Amino acid sequence: MSAERIDLILNVNGESRSVTVEPRKSLADTLREDCRLTGTHLGCEHGVCGACTILLDGEPVRSCLMLAVQAQGHVVRTVEGLAAEDGTLHPLQQAFWEHHGLQCGFCTSGFLMLAAGLLESAEPATDEMIDDALSSNLCRCTGYENISKAVRAAAKVMRQ
Amino acid sequence: MTAWAGRSLPRFEDPAILRGAGRYVADAVVEADCLYGAFVRSPVAAARLLEVRVPGDVLAFTAKDLAGVSGICPVLDRPDYVPITTPVLAGDEVRFSGEPVALVLAASQAEALDAAERVELVFEPRKPVLSVGEATEPGARAVHDVPFPGPVNTVVNATLSTAGFQAAFDSAAARVTVTVSSARQSALPIETRGSLVTFDRRSGRVTLTTSTQMPHVVRTGICACLGIREDLLRVVAPDVGGAFGQKMCLAREDVVLVFIARTLRRAVAWVETREENLRAAWHSREQTISVTGAFDPPGRLLALRADITADVGAYSCYPVTFGVEPLMALAELPGPYEVGHYDVRARAVLTNKCPIAPYRGVSRPVQTLAMERLMDVAARRFGTDPLDIRRMNLVHEFPHTTPSGLVLDEGTYVEALDDAARAVDFPAFRARQQAARAEGRLLGMGVSVFCERTGYGTPAFAARGMAITPGIEHVHISMDPTAGVVARIGASPHGQGLGTTLAQLVADELGVPPDDVRVIHGDTDATPFGWGTFASRSMVICGGATVLAARRLRERLASVAGDLLEWNPQDLVFGDGRISVAGTGIGVTLREVAATAYLNAQKRTDGGSGLYAEADYDPPGTFSNACHVAEVEVDPETGDVRLLRFLVVEDAGRLINPAIADGQIRGGVAQGIANALYEELVYDEDGNLVTASLMDYLPPTWAEIPPVEILHRQTVSDPVLSGAKGLGEGGAMGAPAAVLNAVSDALAHLGVEVFHMPQAPHRLHAAIRAAQEGAPG
Repeated sequence: MSAERIDLILNVNGESRSVTVEPRKSLADTLREDCRLTGTHLGCEHGVCGACTILLDGEPVRSCLMLAVQAQGHVVRTVEGLAAEDGTLHPLQQAFWEHHGLQCGFCTSGFLMLAAGLLESAEPATDEMIDDALSSNLCRCTGYENISKAVRAAAKVMRQ
Repeated sequence: MTAWAGRSLPRFEDPAILRGAGRYVADAVVEADCLYGAFVRSPVAAARLLEVRVPGDVLAFTAKDLAGVSGICPVLDRPDYVPITTPVLAGDEVRFSGEPVALVLAASQAEALDAAERVELVFEPRKPVLSVGEATEPGARAVHDVPFPGPVNTVVNATLSTAGFQAAFDSAAARVTVTVSSARQSALPIETRGSLVTFDRRSGRVTLTTSTQMPHVVRTGICACLGIREDLLRVVAPDVGGAFGQKMCLAREDVVLVFIARTLRRAVAWVETREENLRAAWHSREQTISVTGAFDPPGRLLALRADITADVGAYSCYPVTFGVEPLMALAELPGPYEVGHYDVRARAVLTNKCPIAPYRGVSRPVQTLAMERLMDVAARRFGTDPLDIRRMNLVHEFPHTTPSGLVLDEGTYVEALDDAARAVDFPAFRARQQAARAEGRLLGMGVSVFCERTGYGTPAFAARGMAITPGIEHVHISMDPTAGVVARIGASPHGQGLGTTLAQLVADELGVPPDDVRVIHGDTDATPFGWGTFASRSMVICGGATVLAARRLRERLASVAGDLLEWNPQDLVFGDGRISVAGTGIGVTLREVAATAYLNAQKRTDGGSGLYAEADYDPPGTFSNACHVAEVEVDPETGDVRLLRFLVVEDAGRLINPAIADGQIRGGVAQGIANALYEELVYDEDGNLVTASLMDYLPPTWAEIPPVEILHRQTVSDPVLSGAKGLGEGGAMGAPAAVLNAVSDALAHLGVEVFHMPQAPHRLHAAIRAAQEGAPG
């Protein structure tokens, strides 16, 4: 039951990627399977857990709820695009490491991208804004506290 | 030299995961050239399956195609246990909604899911048995057509009564009864289950890469079902995205996948959807515990009677069986309390629901709820302070033998309670509570005290009658010619950070930095047989085996260094990558020793070659202990409960990596709060799961979970080689009782007491309304 496939050009982590996918294919599946960027994880595929969060034009979105075709013409950033080109960890990655902000790590990419969207936006993030944003994703291991500490610490570093 | 153990080292596991370079099952599937599987699952709870109609263009396997595969039948060697076999695919009968009936294979997951929808099931529905009440009433239909030695559908029926119980029970001045219950819950790892099986044409072997906590046990279980030698199957646990017990049982799906990969001689994969995970990936917790305490005022507990009933669903989980909840409750219910006389019955009852499996804490969140609610209710009855009634009854002399024969090693039960009481300042809280009540705000504070049995060795499982007795861990450790250290372990961490903490233990034994130590796990081809990671056991058992193995390696290193230095090995000290003669400048680097051991073995007087050592560890088990305190505010209009404060005083022995230990506590408490207030798997009257998405099943977010204050005691007891007692489950065990005691405290003046988890807002709201409407005037 092979459906029609279409050609797309996606801008992912600063690179132009040509992919050929079914129109029904989600952005998450396309990133994972066609771009081989498996750092974006799928936890529910119905938009609740947030493990698949990526940045679209700087805004956090659930990549499981978006079709790949909808991402054409936009700038996509995934967890693989977070560290600097020389490999230096992004302040958020560094802070998650230092504050034990992850255990099994499956939700981590989603939380990193959620927080990156907030901390890299023009408006300085307050603690309240951070806590509010973090409540949109699920983590089953950490109890969230260390994630919150990590993001607050990264916010401080990024303001300097 | 300062010890590495005891430091909050950032984990070695983290940088790869943070860069998105972790490798979970679904990532391996992306890279594989494989067929994708989708299971066709029963849409009804109970039925006779007449036919599976597969369209001609669909590749599907049904029970008929797997006729030579044995079912899964874990055994407890006890007269009251009824063995139940799980067919790997349902054949003539389906017994719960979500039970797998067929596997459809296609070129992509989307195509497989499409094709699975076109498979038609023809069945004759039966009236499902959906509760313990329905399952045990006279004339109830048997969920399985097997002989039951006792009442129908009762598959475990255990009793224990201490000599002289009745006299002690009757002699007490007062008896207080409470009945607590837990809804069905899901461990809910954020990564669902999933597996990839690849076939190696050269050797004929298959490799199962699966999201599991126990790769060796999975291999043993699958090979038993297929009747093949274990060397034909390699099982790999890659990065595992959370498990909490849900991934410590043999999945029937994995047996099917391995069989098909061997039959087709090609790779097949299956990644579970969230709906499947909620419907079919093991449920947990559903049980009722009724306890009657016989007390002498002002609160000394003389005797305890208990009735434990677990709704275990339709099948038995391998290897621990569906006896795991009731039998653990039977053995451990008295918890940290000195109970002179104990009389208990514990039953497991079959229903047409998803089978249960362990989930963080197993029965102990509910046990602790029973004992801690009992203490509060009794305290109120006798007008005794809730802390005092606990102090009166907590075990304070060790070792202490419980009425079920467990030995509690050294702990700090009373001290932890006292630490917690001081930290939260109960009198000050009472004043705040009064002031708030005057403003119409309802505050409550609740406490829970418990001990956490960890590091069970083989005798503990043998005592339960398990045909398979997990317990021993085996560690193989080696040093290569460049002095790099590798530890191969049978434990299988999935977020606990053993790659870091075991390295810290090894580093201290060998005098190397921990980042020179690599821990290899989760691969049956590369690790010694082990039972995996569950039951808060790894730091105790695998940690102990690691220390023993590292000490043996150290002896070999000292021997070779002694040869090089021409010095007595007994006088050599290790540190900073060198082996030196104590008190002198004479020494040799580990690199020189390692190179010599391999490349110039003729210089060795011990006759050995290479540098390796191994050790087993099978400890008697130990008990850590903790006290939790919750402060809540209840909104009487909505039934919503806010956590204002949560405190944990933990005594888990020596902390190898305090940050990781605290992370385990915080994560456990969050799951305990979820269990206490939010999460519930709900079936409708036909046996359909109505909470089959994350919009219906409600795991809490950071908006619901409070920060957790943690205080530590570190009692090191003799039975523990690593000094660490294990604490992976304690957070989830203690939190529900603390929260429900706090809610009951907030509502005491209304006469409302809560005994059920979860105490979801609608339930609490109804209880408050009922009390208000029933109140005079």
